Amino acid sequence: MSYDTLRHLADSWGLVMMGVLFTTFVGWTFLPAARRSHQRAATSIFEKEDGIDG
Amino acid sequence: MDDTVLATVGAWLLAGFLALVAAVLTADHAFAIQMGIVAAAAMCAAIASASRGSRVLAGHAGVAVRSDRYYDDVIRWGVIATVFWGVVGFLVGIVVASQLAFPLLNLNFEYTTFGRLRPLHTSAVIFAFGGNALIATSFYVVQRTCRARLAFPALARFVFWGYQLFIVLAATGYILGITEGREYAEPEWYVDIWLTVVWVSYLAVFVGTIIKRSEPHIYVANWFYLGFIITVAMLHVVNNLSLPVTLLGSKSYSLFSGVQDALTQWWYGHNAVGFFLTAGFLGMMYYFVPKQAERPIYSYRLSIIHFWSLIFLYIWAGPHHLHYTALPDWAQTLGMVFSVMLWMPSWGGMINGLMTLNGAWDKVRTDPIIRMMVFALAFYGMSTFEGPMMSVKSVNSLSHYTNWTIGHVHSGALGWNGMITFGAIYYMVPRLWGRERLYSLRMVNWHFWCATLGIVLYAASMWVAGITQGLMWREYGDDGYLVYSFAEVVAAMHPYYVIRIGGGLLYFTGALFMVWNVWMTIAGKLRNEASMSSAPYDPERDRPATPFTSAKGGAIAAAE
Repeated sequence: MSYDTLRHLADSWGLVMMGVLFTTFVGWTFLPAARRSHQRAATSIFEKEDGIDG
Repeated sequence: MDDTVLATVGAWLLAGFLALVAAVLTADHAFAIQMGIVAAAAMCAAIASASRGSRVLAGHAGVAVRSDRYYDDVIRWGVIATVFWGVVGFLVGIVVASQLAFPLLNLNFEYTTFGRLRPLHTSAVIFAFGGNALIATSFYVVQRTCRARLAFPALARFVFWGYQLFIVLAATGYILGITEGREYAEPEWYVDIWLTVVWVSYLAVFVGTIIKRSEPHIYVANWFYLGFIITVAMLHVVNNLSLPVTLLGSKSYSLFSGVQDALTQWWYGHNAVGFFLTAGFLGMMYYFVPKQAERPIYSYRLSIIHFWSLIFLYIWAGPHHLHYTALPDWAQTLGMVFSVMLWMPSWGGMINGLMTLNGAWDKVRTDPIIRMMVFALAFYGMSTFEGPMMSVKSVNSLSHYTNWTIGHVHSGALGWNGMITFGAIYYMVPRLWGRERLYSLRMVNWHFWCATLGIVLYAASMWVAGITQGLMWREYGDDGYLVYSFAEVVAAMHPYYVIRIGGGLLYFTGALFMVWNVWMTIAGKLRNEASMSSAPYDPERDRPATPFTSAKGGAIAAAE
């Protein structure tokens, strides 16, 4: 692949693909089901603390 | 002896023998010393494997595998190594700062010149202090968040000791004058290959532990650690693609040349900041800040957005190190734009960490460990605001190559990386050694204030120095000639360099308090001290309400 092709791929389809991937990953966290699993994940480090610490 | 033990010991002995052969055959004096170190390390590894193997075979209790407990040996070593290398790195920093203020301290001796000691300082603080902190905390966090014992304990021991060998080889190499001349990637080809082996083993231990987790969700701190490990592996391999002149010598040449080489180096260099010093330490932040504050992270969603934004944006920011160079203009602009965009996720992350204290802000007053973490987050925010600003071309034309850059780097390194690491160490030490609490919480407070004052002196003096320097360099007279000679600008820096030494000494003093505190905690001592805070109590006022009396003593009730 020449420099020129790479350069043009980067600011066309490459950019689109990166944008779509990023929007998907970020959009995922806004799904309605995400709230509960986020709550669960955020508090998971406090469960059974005596058993898992030290 | 068991066959596997015998094979391991044999492999180490063979490696040591080969290193000795290389030391004898080479014409390169410095390379011979380095191979001598490798041979000595291999001998130590052989002896350690043999003694451990024999103890295991003898059924010794100290080495028995307790699958019901986390594997914390490596983490305990890592904490001690972090504290040790921190002190070494800070001390060398004070030495090189003094050399800039008083050039006589170069001692007119090749091994002690600024040019050789400076990479020793940067590598000691970033890779030895920071790297050990990252390895130790990542092993601590991944086990606890996955509720699984560390995968491949033997490999984890190899990662720890292999990483120490990398540090020793890099450090001695700089003193001996071995360097690739690539900032933050100075070690030569054979050290690079060794680090690659160690790093892939590190990845295996980390991913192995995640795979055997008993917790369904992978906690976000592990995402940051994993992003750090994988990206650093990629950066390290690509930036160090080089061809050695001979397999029996230290010198190698990069596969890239000219501006491609420069861009590869700064793609590496800036992502070393982005993934080693930011993503890795954010892994620490997302576990230790909620744990110390005893409340979950402010927004788990924000932490995921923080993660993906950093991953997608940071990797493009490197070209801002090459403004106004032979690099194509579009690439410079790209680097600048992505750096400015990075401001958003960085501040999102800072806010996420700080808001975790929502409803518990009093802890900043009562808990010096939380105070350190909050201070670290504040400096994360400040340096990630300053960085994008400095990446703007017009600002960069003033700031680049001046002490402002040094000030910026240290506000991030001392403020963010240093303070979050100290916080994590203070959190882990009592837990790792099974102590009731730290030896002294008040000593943490002293550490905090020494470090804070040190950072303020350091950053303020370097800002003034840098802007002075930049303005003096670009000052033209009416005749069209530069007003100041280079030497005049150097002379103007002297007072700021002296103030900087003061800042460094204060930061170092703080670290000495940490050494004392960690040492005594491990020794199992508790300092007899008043607690950091208690609700005020006045026995005089602790009595039932009586008829109110006026100042002159007559009872108001009686007057009525």
